[in-house]
Amino acid sequence: MSNATLRKTLLSIAVAGAATLAQADVNIGVAGPFTGANAAFGKQLWEGAKKAAADINAAGGIDGEKINLIKADDACEPKQALSVANRLVDSDDVVAVVGHFCSSSSIPASNVYADAGVLMVNPASTSPILTDRGLPNVFRVCGRDDQQGDVAASYIVDTLKAKRVAIINDKTTYGKGLADAMKKTLNGYGVKEVMYEGLTRGEKDFNALVTKIRSVNADLVYFGGLHSEAGPLVRQLRDQGSKAIFMSGDGIVSDEFVTVAGGAKYVNGVYMTFGANPTSYPAGKAVVKEFRDSGYEPEGYTLYAYTAMQVVAESLAKTNLDPVEAATWLHSHSVNTVMGKKTFDKKGDLTVSDYVMYKWDDKGKYHQLD
Amino acid sequence: MDIVLQQLVNGLTLGSVYGLIAIGYTMVYGIIGMINFAHGDVYMVSAYLTAIAIALLTFFGVQSFPFILIGTLIFTIIVTGAYGWVIERVAYRPLRNSSRLSVLISAIGMSLILQNYVQLSQGPNQQGVPTLLSGAIRFHVGDGFVQITYMKILILLIAFAGMGVLTYIIQKTKLGRMCRATQQDRKMASILGIDTDKVISSVFVIGSSMAALAGVLVTLDYGSFDFYIGFIMGIKAFTAAVLGGIGSLPGAMLGGIILGLSESLFAGLISSDYKDVFSFSLLVLILIIRPSGLLGKPAVEKV
Repeated sequence: MSNATLRKTLLSIAVAGAATLAQADVNIGVAGPFTGANAAFGKQLWEGAKKAAADINAAGGIDGEKINLIKADDACEPKQALSVANRLVDSDDVVAVVGHFCSSSSIPASNVYADAGVLMVNPASTSPILTDRGLPNVFRVCGRDDQQGDVAASYIVDTLKAKRVAIINDKTTYGKGLADAMKKTLNGYGVKEVMYEGLTRGEKDFNALVTKIRSVNADLVYFGGLHSEAGPLVRQLRDQGSKAIFMSGDGIVSDEFVTVAGGAKYVNGVYMTFGANPTSYPAGKAVVKEFRDSGYEPEGYTLYAYTAMQVVAESLAKTNLDPVEAATWLHSHSVNTVMGKKTFDKKGDLTVSDYVMYKWDDKGKYHQLD
Repeated sequence: MDIVLQQLVNGLTLGSVYGLIAIGYTMVYGIIGMINFAHGDVYMVSAYLTAIAIALLTFFGVQSFPFILIGTLIFTIIVTGAYGWVIERVAYRPLRNSSRLSVLISAIGMSLILQNYVQLSQGPNQQGVPTLLSGAIRFHVGDGFVQITYMKILILLIAFAGMGVLTYIIQKTKLGRMCRATQQDRKMASILGIDTDKVISSVFVIGSSMAALAGVLVTLDYGSFDFYIGFIMGIKAFTAAVLGGIGSLPGAMLGGIILGLSESLFAGLISSDYKDVFSFSLLVLILIIRPSGLLGKPAVEKV
């Protein structure tokens, strides 16, 4: 055996060895903004996914193999999302990913996962574009912005009976998508918005915009965006003496909204669309109790991440850990989760939308409205 | 009418904050010809210091707003000034005689270090301070009204007082004379017995103090901040400095106010989507007509 052949043989043995080692665990990525302005949401995803993985491992893992979570921080930056997606696929050998959070990150990352044949179950990105491109490996356990916009618009027209609606968005995939979806339904009801404008993410001074909202006599302000901008916006509205109702989507569902707005008195009366209280499902009672006993309140997207992890585990278990077959399997089977039974349509969206209206109170908490 | 007046108030307060931060850019550029890219992040640090000061003062039982404000201002200005001094000492002085490019890169590095240091030590989350001064004055104009919060009035008063004190220091005191001499000709100034290194240090301290003033005011007004706020604010203030003529002190203040007003008026009367496009187009236009900014002196090529 020549030297070169020997080296090759040794190398292939080493590679085979590494492959066997890797198979002892099943690597699943958890991607989201663990740093940056939206780190509060990243924490929700991580807590949910971590608990789900621990529970599944305690029950014997997937087909007897333990889940090994790999954290991937995208900071809600599309560029960084692409690079962590590539890292998860290339060097971490993940078979599936729970994530990302921001639609603007999930969409580019989903292409990477599709090329690599990795299953993606998304807990939080609501932009229609994520699933509308027909990628076979992409699923989500949350709703879509057009569904969310429908709920918001019909509430505005039927219940609040607002006539002068100002629509503001943060010019991101998520924020503009949500605002556009809401606008479309609102116009369908025959209500034309009095104002439609964008603000710049990362800024804190929206006084000029607020004055403009006042000048068009808006009686309702609808904001498509995240709490980091919604907070200052609602505060400056009140500071300038506007009494317009403030409504937003699931981008503000975090206690940090109160901090950013400068206190509960500013968020009092703010409306928000979000999935029906995730902690209210009978199937999730035990898990919610365990979360609370450990001193963590499973707010916002925590249980969505838990659910996404269950969907990943169940589909992989049914298909002998083959992510491509798992995706095919999910298109035709339902999964029982802590948030009830989840069934996916051919695009990977849930077949049933569960958006409802919430309202923030003067103590800085949000409650589901009947 | 009421809307235009309200936009003028919005623009003036925003502009005076831009002006305060722009002073740091313009003074440093005037004296050593470099753009201190870490300056926006010094402003960001001062926002965190404001929250720390408020927490400390309330912890020790200080309740009345004027005392909290004065205590916070003193604490934040001193500590931020110290940051400015250290940054100059660590990142810029060792590179004093190397090419301009290395100092520029050192400044960008310093900016990243500050951002990441704050992110790691204070956490990446949004932070907030309680509302200390609420309430507003309302003027009725025709059918509508102009509403100005007490905080906004305070911002305008303190910002203009700060600029006034600074102008006095530069125009009338010995330190000011040394600054101006160093700005005109560093070598000659040092031959005539001025410790130029010390002057440069004090310029960094003064610039950082002005940023701290802005940091305290903005934090008290908006109530929230994160480790990334220095970036956008830094770019805007730098633009203000260039607009007014970089190197010129009154230019920085004027540039800040013009930028604030143009943003507010354009966002309020036309469209907030394109307010930055408008501000930067204005900048380009002014630089085409007056390449050294509104109040800047044209650079004389020394032969």
